[in-house]
Parts: sequence; C-alpha cells; structure tokens
Amino acid sequence: MRFRLTRDQEALRAGMRELLGRRFDGAVLRAAAGAPGRLDRGLWRELGAAGFFALRLPEADGGVGLGLAEAVLVFEEAGRALLPGPLVATHLAAADVPGAATGEAVVARADGGLVEWLAEADEVTGDASGAVPVRSVDPLTPLHRVPGPVSGPPDPVAVLLTAAEQLGTATRACELAVQHARTRVQFGQPIGAFQAVKHLCADMLVRAETARAAVYAAAVTSAPADIAAARLLADEAAVRGARDCLQVHGGMGFTWESEVHLHLKRTWVRAQRGGANTESEEMLAAELLS
Amino acid sequence: MDLSYTPEEEDFRARLREWLAKVLPGLPPKPKPEDWPGRRAYDLGWQRTLYDAGYADVHWDASPTMRLIFLEETEKAGAPYVGANFVGLLHAGPTIAAEGTEAQRARWLAPILRGDEVWCQGFSEPDAGSDLAALRTRAWRDGDDYVVSGSKIWTSHAEVADWCELLVRTDPEAPRHRGITWLAMPMDAQGVTVRPLRTLAGSHEFAEVFLDEVRVPAANRVGAENDGWRVTMVTLSFERGTAFVGEVVACRRVLGDLARVARANGTWDDPELRRRLGRLNAEFRALWRLTQWNVSEAEGRGVPGVGGSVFKLRYSHARQELYDAAAAVLGPDALDLDRPWVLDRLSALSYTIAAGTSQIQRNIVAERILGLPKGR
Repeated sequence: MRFRLTRDQEALRAGMRELLGRRFDGAVLRAAAGAPGRLDRGLWRELGAAGFFALRLPEADGGVGLGLAEAVLVFEEAGRALLPGPLVATHLAAADVPGAATGEAVVARADGGLVEWLAEADEVTGDASGAVPVRSVDPLTPLHRVPGPVSGPPDPVAVLLTAAEQLGTATRACELAVQHARTRVQFGQPIGAFQAVKHLCADMLVRAETARAAVYAAAVTSAPADIAAARLLADEAAVRGARDCLQVHGGMGFTWESEVHLHLKRTWVRAQRGGANTESEEMLAAELLS
Repeated sequence: MDLSYTPEEEDFRARLREWLAKVLPGLPPKPKPEDWPGRRAYDLGWQRTLYDAGYADVHWDASPTMRLIFLEETEKAGAPYVGANFVGLLHAGPTIAAEGTEAQRARWLAPILRGDEVWCQGFSEPDAGSDLAALRTRAWRDGDDYVVSGSKIWTSHAEVADWCELLVRTDPEAPRHRGITWLAMPMDAQGVTVRPLRTLAGSHEFAEVFLDEVRVPAANRVGAENDGWRVTMVTLSFERGTAFVGEVVACRRVLGDLARVARANGTWDDPELRRRLGRLNAEFRALWRLTQWNVSEAEGRGVPGVGGSVFKLRYSHARQELYDAAAAVLGPDALDLDRPWVLDRLSALSYTIAAGTSQIQRNIVAERILGLPKGR
C-alpha cells in the first residue's frame, strides 16, 4: 500500500498549479467577477492543450491516457484557483462531443435541476429542455433552472470531480484564513495568536484533510459508497471552510472586493450538483445493511 | 496513489488470519473489568502468545503497513486488546529503544515483548495536565539514587504495574522544559502509594500515584539529566501514530450492528436517524482512508507525522457521535447500563480529553502545521 501521490502525480499537480497561477491569479479572478457571464475561450483552449479535458481519454484517441486519480488532482487545482466554466461537463464530454477534448468546444450539462454556463456552451448534455435563466448567486457561474423533477441518478464521475473541486476550495479557504490571521493585527498581536481564531483555522484544516483522504481513496477505488462519502465530506469541508474563512476575515470578508465571497458562493453552486446530499446519506445508510 | 497491498503484505495478512483462527478459540475467558490481577494475567498471557508466534514486536520493528494489517486483522478476529501492555509497548518501550543505553535496552525491552512486565505512565499531575511542562514532582540526587516526592494522576494500570515511566523535575531553577528527567521507577519501591480513581463509567480505569521520598537508582534514568522533555516527545509521537487503527475497524463494525438493530426496532424508518447513520458511514470510511494516508506517510518518513493530531481531533469527535447515534437507536434502553453501547457511550467521553485534549490538539495543528503564532 502506498496511499500517497506518486512523483508523476505531484508533477502533474504542480504543472496545473503553475498554469493556473500564471493565467488565473487573484487579480484575474476579481476582474472576472466584475464582468460576469463571459468565459475566457483562450484559457479554455490552453486547458485543452494542457490535457485537462482529454486527461482520461486513451492515448490512441488523442488523450493523455491517465486515470481518475490524476483527474481528481487537476480538478482539485481548478477548484483551488476558483477557475470558472463548465469544467466537469466538458471533461465528461471529451469522448463524445467534437472539440471538447481540445478545449475548442464548451460543453454544459444539466445536473441537479440546474445548468451552468448554458449561454456560453456550444453543446449541452442531459435534459435541459425548458431551462430558464436565473440571477445566479455566484457571479462567476451563470445559471439556468431546469423545471420539473431531477431525472436519473447522478453520474458518479461528475460527483467525484465536483468533490475534488470542493476539496481544492476547502484547502484554499484554509490558506486564505491563515494568511489573514497571521498578518491582521488587533489588540497588539496577529489575530491568529488568539485561540478563538486559531481553532477555527485548525478545524478548517482537519475537515479539508479528512475530505482529502476520502476523495483520493474514491478516485482509486471508484466504489459508489466511497464516492458518496467523498462528496459529503468535501461539501462539508468546502462550505464550512469558506464560511469560517469569511468569519476570520471579519468586515473585509463581507465586502465584494475581497475574494472570500466568491469561494463561498461557488461551494454552494457545486453542492447542488449530483442531487440532494440526503440521497448520498441514504445511499450510505443502505450500504450499512448490505 | 495505491490502496492495494504487496504480495508480502497479503501473505503476512493471510498467515496472521490463519494463526488467529487457530489460537483465539483456546484463549481463557475474559476477566471481569474490576478483576485487576485477572486482567493483568490475561493481557500478559496474550502478549506471551504473540511473542511465541513471532508477532510480539510488530509495534516496533514491523513496517507501518504491516502494523496496520496486524491491528486491522486482530480487531476483525476479535483478538484481545493491547490492554495492560499499552504503555510498555507503545510508550516506555519505544522510548527506551530510542534513547536507552545498551544495558537499559537489555534489561527492559525483552520483558515487555515477552509479556513478563507491565508498565504504567507517570506524566500528568493534579496541577500539570494539558500544561505538562508545569509538572512539579521533585527528584534530587542522593548518592547513586534519585529521591522522588510528589504525585501523579490519570495513571492507567498503576495497580498492577511493575514499572512506571516517570517524569520528574530535577532542576527547578532551569526554564521549565529543561529541568525535567525521565526515570523508570519500580512500582514496588518504598513510598509508592496507589489510590484508584473511579471514572464516570463507574470503573477504576486509572489511579492517583503518591510518591513519598521514593528512591530510584540513577541507573534507571533514560537520557541525560534534565533532558527528559525531549526524551518524552519521542514517546508521544508514537501514541499519535497508529494507536487507533483497531478502534476505527471496531467503530465500523458497531455502525453496521447499529443499522441492523435500528431496522429491527423500527427506528430505521425515521429518515433523519437513517441519514445520520449514513453520514457516520461516510465519516468512518474517511477515517479509515486517513489512517491509510498517515500510515503511508510514516512508511516514507519512518516516524508518524503531525497528521496524527488531525486524525485524533476528527476521530475522538466521531466516536462520540457514533455512540450518541447508538443512544438514539436504543431510545429508553440507552439509560440501561446493561445494554450494549451504553458504557461505550460513557467511555467515549474521555476521547476528547485523554492524550491531549481537543483544544490542545487544535493548538498543535494551528501552530505546527499552519504556522500560526503562539499565544493565548
């Protein structure tokens, strides 16, 4: 058993982090939030060229030939950078929709009663009939609402890759909170020296690292129960992490200017994918009796 | 990332399973919780059985993955716990192995492995709990001996221990971490008084130990005089390594049993309770993966990392949640001490306190992993 990242996996993750750091840093993120609804097609093609969408396609089909574990790592990085766009939908369509693998096409997908980025998409998968635009709570994710009941069980790969994005945000939220707690001085010392703040940060890390073990293991086993567990823990780590990050930032955390709200809002959007989390809980409950 | 085991590891697992199936049916009946001499004999007997079969030093010499397999399989088979051997195998032994002289290793390690001697731990004091470095039990040199006076608390197995790994203050003038010394104290020495403490679960799981001018040979000092704090930290990192592997396996079994009882008594029809059990399934699956993650890290680095604090924080809370959920399944029966899980629910309350409270663990995580400044 060697349940750690291999050298190749570390290199892949570092490469993706480098690309996103260069092309989508905090300044670009905040600028994007000021001009909502537009997808950077140049960046999308760069992601395609880097193999982001074709990662799991066989090499014979022009793909990178890697597995779910590697996909989870690059989606974690995308989540960490808060990269906008229908990343999961386009990645899942790589084999079927022309241009998706290379980043030439943008693919949207009906999931959990919503469609993200429908207006920017060249292709839509799933049943998006009757979709109506809504005023999205997340400025970086345009949303359409699909009327009627959610059809069919969620795609397990979509659930897992979304959990990986949530894991990235959970990690990033902890980093942002720690950075702020180390530099913001009140009562003559960094607020991170106070246990009340310190313990919030520690709990953020504990949730993120527990979710990490669950997400990575689900990527290795692909077992439905492991994926459901990864989803529950990653949602919890991301949503609560972003909330606590906001709290640590105090008044600044409540401003539009700070990026903290963007992380929180995206965790809410992602938590809606894959159907209600009570279904994941029910699935894991039933598994106890199997 | 690989969750599969090597052929050697699978072979080790298969042979261990086979051996457990052969040896467990022949074990004597488990002694009653209050039967301390009986518990000592039972726990030492099990250690002797492990020794004779070549499994005695699995906590010390085996790779972290082999240790994980050992703890997983012994728990699944229902083998006895480490029990009275805990401090010897997981605290004092590793410390002596790492810091002791050749003569000290020869004197103390073999009896621990063979199941001949029981160790207890004399670290905490009435006024030094989370703040262990505030300990005040004094020791001063008199000829070839140290003379020790003071008191220790929360000492498990003190009633039946042969040795106590004792932290004493040898230099009251030095900065507090630098005036502490590690001694191996014979529990039958003149001036040692053990007073059992009753826990909220009604049992006598630990004791207070009073020391009145106890003479301990200076040859029993492990490490240099006043270097005991550093020596001790070697010990504590072992405790935060694979100490909970068997318990996570056990919790997952309890959770399955709990679901079956819930289905039988109708509480399963309550969706809120059902989902609570589903979430606990996610929780303990993740804790098992986190264990494998940390073990794999230890495999690479040779020592347990700070991941142990992350694990302990999450696990101790999850264990309490598990037995609270058990109470919800049991309903009125949750108040009947003779029902299964009711005593476990009580003993689970110690988990967020023992071996570093959750508050201290959060300080450790925040300061040592996240790099937040020290301060209160």
